[in-house]
Amino acid sequence: MNGAKKDWDFEPHAPLHVLDDYAGALPRWCPGCGDHAALNAVRRLAVDKQLPPERTVIVSGIGCSSRFPHYMKTYGFHGLHGRAFPVACGVRSRRPDLHVFVVTGDGDCCAIGAGHWIHALRYNMDLTVLLLDNNIYGLTKNQTSPTTRLGEPSNTHPRGAVLAPLNPLTVALGVTNTSFVAQTVDWSPPHVYHTIRAAYEHRGTSFVRILQRCPHFSAHVFDEALHDPSRILLMEHENGIPLDPAVAARFPNRQKHDPRNLDAARAIAARDDAYPIGLLYRNADAPCYDEFTSQGVAMTQAEKLAAIDAAIERFAI
Amino acid sequence: MHLAAEEDRVGVALGVTLVDEHILEIVSDSGEGAQTCGQMFADLCARNGNGIWTVEIIPAEIEPPKRSRAGASGNRIRIGSKPVANAGDSADVVVAFNDQVLYSRIDAGALRPGTLVFLDGSWAFHPDDEIVRQYREAIADFRARGYHVVEVPIERECLKHVEDARKGKNIWVLGMLCAMYSLDESRVRPGIARRFKKKGEETVQKNLDLFGAGFAWGLENLDRRFQVPAQSATQPMVVMNGNEALALGIMAAGMEVCSMYPITPATSVSHFLAANFEKTGGIVHQAEDEIAAIGFALGCSYAGKTAVTITSGPGFALKTEFLGLAVMGEIPLVVIVVQRGGPSTGLPTKIEQGDLLAALYASPGDNPKIVIAPATIEECFHFIITARKLAEEFRGPVVVLSDANLATGQQPFLKPHANAAWLAPPIDRMPWEGSLPPFAWDPETGLSRRPIPGQRGGEYILTGLAHDEHSHVAYESSINQRAMRMRSRKLAVLKSALRPPSIHGEPEGDLLVVGWGSTLGAIEEAVDRLRADRLRVSSLHLRFLSPLEPGLKEIFQRFRKVMTVEVNYSDDPGDPYITPESRRYSALAQLLRAHTLCDVDCWSRVPGNPIPPGSIERQLRSELAGRESA
Repeated sequence: MNGAKKDWDFEPHAPLHVLDDYAGALPRWCPGCGDHAALNAVRRLAVDKQLPPERTVIVSGIGCSSRFPHYMKTYGFHGLHGRAFPVACGVRSRRPDLHVFVVTGDGDCCAIGAGHWIHALRYNMDLTVLLLDNNIYGLTKNQTSPTTRLGEPSNTHPRGAVLAPLNPLTVALGVTNTSFVAQTVDWSPPHVYHTIRAAYEHRGTSFVRILQRCPHFSAHVFDEALHDPSRILLMEHENGIPLDPAVAARFPNRQKHDPRNLDAARAIAARDDAYPIGLLYRNADAPCYDEFTSQGVAMTQAEKLAAIDAAIERFAI
Repeated sequence: MHLAAEEDRVGVALGVTLVDEHILEIVSDSGEGAQTCGQMFADLCARNGNGIWTVEIIPAEIEPPKRSRAGASGNRIRIGSKPVANAGDSADVVVAFNDQVLYSRIDAGALRPGTLVFLDGSWAFHPDDEIVRQYREAIADFRARGYHVVEVPIERECLKHVEDARKGKNIWVLGMLCAMYSLDESRVRPGIARRFKKKGEETVQKNLDLFGAGFAWGLENLDRRFQVPAQSATQPMVVMNGNEALALGIMAAGMEVCSMYPITPATSVSHFLAANFEKTGGIVHQAEDEIAAIGFALGCSYAGKTAVTITSGPGFALKTEFLGLAVMGEIPLVVIVVQRGGPSTGLPTKIEQGDLLAALYASPGDNPKIVIAPATIEECFHFIITARKLAEEFRGPVVVLSDANLATGQQPFLKPHANAAWLAPPIDRMPWEGSLPPFAWDPETGLSRRPIPGQRGGEYILTGLAHDEHSHVAYESSINQRAMRMRSRKLAVLKSALRPPSIHGEPEGDLLVVGWGSTLGAIEEAVDRLRADRLRVSSLHLRFLSPLEPGLKEIFQRFRKVMTVEVNYSDDPGDPYITPESRRYSALAQLLRAHTLCDVDCWSRVPGNPIPPGSIERQLRSELAGRESA
């Protein structure tokens, strides 16, 4: 154009990204897997927010859900079982220009990676965290997970899970400096989208638990809630997750909940008579560890050289 | 007191004996500051132009019971007219704050008949009869063992200046030592002022008083004094310990993130960085555990800033899964392992070289990586700069093996100057060449460039799964073989660029001693003593452990016998059930045997202390004698 060299890097307008720009490898999840719902929502978010693919990094651990980055056409880090959080924090540490997502599962996050999960919430770095919780280990074929319901049989507990499940919401809401906790369900795509969008827009670690089904090993676990929508408690508030009228109509059991109210959030999260969906808690003012880790990123080489010499000089004899 | 008379030379004050070198130990209950005293004294000697090497005597607890052998804390300083490269054999002088801590040094074999012991004599006046009795018995025992015991009223003298002598004895002793070693006391005073500045003017003055009192007492009362003549340095020098050198190396290499979890004896690296790193634009991330520490570093490296994680044996064990991911995903990373005694929790504050094979192999599957080991304090500094460059050039982790001996040992070396070529380059933000895959392995070398997040067109998914050059998960069997070959090839390429190690001594002979890491000085000193007796012994010291330096087989074949000397465990030949077939060799010997197919023998010990040159010398003499008699 106008004789400009092809490798000319000056762009008067940022390129417009369309859905295909974010489509990586063809997903190899089973048909009917809840992971597809999360993937579709994230791709839609990327288009709506025009996330530059080169500045978007999706970090995951190991498990079905952690294959997620492969199906996006951004930068991705498919690392070790349970260890997505430390990697994601490291990616963010010196790169405040990157949009970092963490995709994890109930085994990855709440079992082998539980320690990192708690500390990542406390660090509150700017990460969007999606916990794809299907209540079961899928990739290793049907073992009890920390969120498997009491009595639910699996290959490791054929006569039923012997312990009550861990509640990821109460755990997350119990961690000092937690700043964003929300829950949604894979069978309401608009609600999944709006929840992830709100999470992305939040500055700090936004933790979203997505209740979903594994078509092979936990297809039935939410049947009750699917057949009886009153088992879903839809939280609504002007500062909460925006509601499509269609979503609102589908979930008649609704409750006003101010996401600034941590005590109320904890009480709702602990309820065992209904699955709360929506925004439980948000604190936009919680300090972010990125502010510490990104100190000095702009330092020049000359400043560094002088400082190194000064440090060495302290040992001069 | 009696000492073997040495001729006093002209120009030296009456009663001052000139010596080429001296080994001094200062030992106290933990918390009484003998370590501080030792560090300050060593620093003073180095400033004076003496060669020094120090070893810290560290108890396992912060404040163990008083007057207990296990609670001994302090410092050994070997002072020389020439550069000193190891802690030497038995001590010439020991200053002990009580009789029981001296026993810990006797147990460690640090004394010999004739060692001059300055013991706090205030215990003779202690109100507790049991302590007085214990003290009297100990003194008699020490004399029976042949030590020259001088009772010094350390505590009683200190009480003239402070109410709590536990907080003052060390500086009083520092003053006494300055008198004993004919050092210029005026050079110490600014150091004392600096050290106690934070605690206020009153504390500074108290310590200056204590120092002056100790110095005056020494001049007045010591009937034997020493001088280790110093050579004034022709070039600017620095003095520091190995962990400080590692920390400065991290800064000088332009790294910006040190991600760690507290573990002895590695942690003091991060202490130094935590206080100073921000001046070069860096941060210390104290992670929730060892695994998170390396994961965070790896994430930072992946995003373009090669990071360092620092640990010791038990922490390294936890990091190994991530280390394998760094190999698999070809992510540059520097992993510093300051080794301590193992296995398991082992000897947390003590010296061992037990993690060599773990560094090479402890991760699932074949995980070729670079492993290097500094042998001096100076190398602790420079090897970190090399490590970052190697990590980036060869696109993978570099393990740097230091140990507790280097960590706390102080040694002077040529002052380095910050160099722009040492710094990490800025993150590449230019668009990626569209057609180039993220692992565009050169078919010859296996080397490739990596895209960094932010580079448009370079988007890829790093994965620990077997993958092809596009980082796509490998579903075909041929891909895995090829990718493994490419990752392995890089080590051969690096090896092709290395030079054969230089040999200390003649290039052929009866015995070649091979070492690695902090044993350099002790091995070479032992070899030199044997060579002085015209014995045909040489040594070589490896810095690259993976890949091994080239030419080893050819060198080994020029010697009638080759053996390693290491601070780790190996079976002793001749022990019950130990046959040439069942014997477990030390780590480097195993590696060299496999690598060269030469019959490399070994002698290794795990006393928790550095192996003195005298012990190595004795062993080498018996090896040579055995060979003659065979």
